[in-house]
Amino acid sequence: MSDRVNDSKNSGASRGAGSTGGTVLKIENLHVSFGEGETRARAVRGIDLEIHRGELHALVGESGSGKTVTSTCVLGLLPTPPAIIEAGSIYYKGHDHEGDLLQFSEDKRRRTRGREIAMVFQEPGKYLNPALRVGEQIMEMLRLHLGFRGEAAEQRALEILETVGLGGNRRVLRSFPHELSGGMKQRVMIAIAICCNPSLLIADEPTTALDVTLQMQILKLIMQLRHKFDMGILFISHDLAVVHDIADRVSVIYAGKIVESGSRDEIFNSPQHPYTRLLLASVPDAAKRGKKLVTISGKVPDAEHFPTGCAFHPRCPLAEKRCADEQPPAEKLDGSRSASCFCLGKEWPA
Amino acid sequence: MSSMNIASSAGSARSFIEIDSLEKTFHARGAGARGKGGFKAVDNVSLDIERNSIFGLVGESGCGKTTLSRAVLFLDPPTGGEIRIDGIDMRTLSASRLRTFRKRIQIVFQDPNSSLNPKMSIENSIKEGLNNIKYAAGEPERRAKLDNRVDELLALVGITPGHKTRFPHEFSGGQKQRIVIARALSVEPDFLILDEPVSNLDVSIQAQIINLLLELKEKLSLTYLFISHDLNLVSYLSDKIAVMYKGQIVESGNTERIMAEPVHPYTKKLFSAIPGVTRIDEEQELVFHVDEPGYSEGLPEGYCFYPSELAEGEAQASPQMLEINDGHSVACFEA
Ligand SMILES: Nc1ncnc2c1ncn2[C@@H]1O[C@H](COP(=O)(O)OP(=O)(O)OP(=O)(O)O)[C@@H](O)[C@H]1O
Ligand SMILES: Nc1ncnc2c1ncn2[C@@H]1O[C@H](COP(=O)(O)OP(=O)(O)OP(=O)(O)O)[C@@H](O)[C@H]1O
Ligand SMILES: [Mg+2]
Ligand SMILES: [Mg+2]
Repeated sequence: MSDRVNDSKNSGASRGAGSTGGTVLKIENLHVSFGEGETRARAVRGIDLEIHRGELHALVGESGSGKTVTSTCVLGLLPTPPAIIEAGSIYYKGHDHEGDLLQFSEDKRRRTRGREIAMVFQEPGKYLNPALRVGEQIMEMLRLHLGFRGEAAEQRALEILETVGLGGNRRVLRSFPHELSGGMKQRVMIAIAICCNPSLLIADEPTTALDVTLQMQILKLIMQLRHKFDMGILFISHDLAVVHDIADRVSVIYAGKIVESGSRDEIFNSPQHPYTRLLLASVPDAAKRGKKLVTISGKVPDAEHFPTGCAFHPRCPLAEKRCADEQPPAEKLDGSRSASCFCLGKEWPA
Repeated sequence: MSSMNIASSAGSARSFIEIDSLEKTFHARGAGARGKGGFKAVDNVSLDIERNSIFGLVGESGCGKTTLSRAVLFLDPPTGGEIRIDGIDMRTLSASRLRTFRKRIQIVFQDPNSSLNPKMSIENSIKEGLNNIKYAAGEPERRAKLDNRVDELLALVGITPGHKTRFPHEFSGGQKQRIVIARALSVEPDFLILDEPVSNLDVSIQAQIINLLLELKEKLSLTYLFISHDLNLVSYLSDKIAVMYKGQIVESGNTERIMAEPVHPYTKKLFSAIPGVTRIDEEQELVFHVDEPGYSEGLPEGYCFYPSELAEGEAQASPQMLEINDGHSVACFEA
């Protein structure tokens, strides 16, 4: 994929870096685990992540790497127990609220969620109320958070549906979720998410269940919305091809830690961390026809048994002795990137 | 890999798999034989698959890919058309011969959990297939042969034979899919239908399975029908691609050709949406296509290909496949 990222003329990354607004979210040193003793799973092990207004920040990583735990923690939806938030802070600055989300009262959290921090998930069917018309569900949010009533609420709901390409008539407004296709349901989810003009949108694999053509339309919609509403987006995905097409910034997560972070061009044009490099090389595409795919030996470790030192060292072709003993700290590199690895710049074995 | 570009065999030779005007109609429950029409999930599909090649089948969700593969296997027998494998018409086989013959075709699905019995060790799962065929169990030497064969199959897919007494839940998703592949290979098929075999797997594991499938294809001279919605993967893997839309094949041909010069409007639309090629241009106006289930019937406008000499108004009842180039066909209304 990396050899095809030369369409920098409309790269949001180069323009995004300068034009983005202030910080909307700053996660610092977040540690989350599940269970205790033998079965203790350290799902998130010191994550740092910063998102600006108007920026689409992609968090990419394989299954079990801690993406959803991180995002549900930001939303305040992580049940504790079983989860234990061991350390860290999640600084948030939105319209009316500012401060460490982890210190917010439950009531303040509830008012923030939906109103200021909104979310879109992979399976809209699971999150929409099957017994309520789509219009009702949007108007409910408007009533609850913004005090809209009657005709004004309906008018506003129609406008929001228009924004996600479902406007024009009242048919969708009056439909029940089961009367809509998968793509329409996902757009309704997005409409509900953005109807209160949030500062931060968390999108966890929002297009994984959709066809490519529809996927592209939804992705474009999400990209446009971040500027229109000046919101930061945390976009969670395991799909590098999708991230390539839409992200401003990319953070790569492995075994509960961010191993590399940078602008979209930096990550795709010159990845630094061995894991990022291998991951990009292992994605199939037509240009690799007739060649064997690059593979990463072994498998993603599970949270109960993360290796010591750098968690990637057992699978890393560059690993040295100290990689097994010490955890590499995040190191600032040129440009806007950082990576955690003792072997950066080391020659790749043939 | 030498077989990546199979020269299109000169005319007369028969293809290994010949699917001819295949149809599968589902009738509404309780409607009986006299029920109205029914729903044609596979409509007049014809495909030729060469021996030892990979044939990619793509198309949006619900277009009929899985239904087509089940019909080819006679799991859900087709309601019309013919399937010939090695020149043998499946319909002419007696029930018992069909059962034996069907072993030559195996299918691997997306979710390995649905294919493995959770209460059975993987050894026994694999032996199940073996028992039915060659080695009727019994005497010790046969049992030893059986054990050897299980070890051989596991080694072939990169699973330590020593782990064969374990149960499915003790393996990762990628390992389970390897075991499913091993079991499919146990009956020595020559044709594998792979229906989204890696869609549930992590990128790094996906690459391992894909390499394994390519290796096995060479080693065992297998032929694959590979179904996926991942166009990057299909275009990497397939020698030929067929694009399916609402139960019909709208375009088929050599992968490179189709990628370079898609002709049918639906193929063009599909391939213009491949992720990972260019950044989405957000300045461009966003238009949502209206052909969504529940809100349209039949082929929406602009989705049939008309040769230039034919005015759009002159459309006939149903489009036919027309060969526009060597091995490259597209559905269009005949002039
Ligand atoms: N309720 C729970 N109890 C115990 N462990 C949990 C729980 N929820 C998550 N985990 C563990 O935390 C780790 C991170 O899980 P998470 O859901 O964040 O992964 P993810 O990156 O979102 O993966 P995916 O791509 O599969 O969605 C995993 O090892 C998971 O098993
Ligand atoms: N047993 C059945 N009875 C009635 N209709 C069916 C049956 N099986 C499938 N269909 C319908 O046939 C059509 C094709 O379904 P199929 O599962 O073949 O699609 P597909 O191309 O495999 O989709 P996907 O990419 O989502 O797997 C769908 O409209 C489906 O609802
Ligand atoms: Mg997740
Ligand atoms: Mg299917």
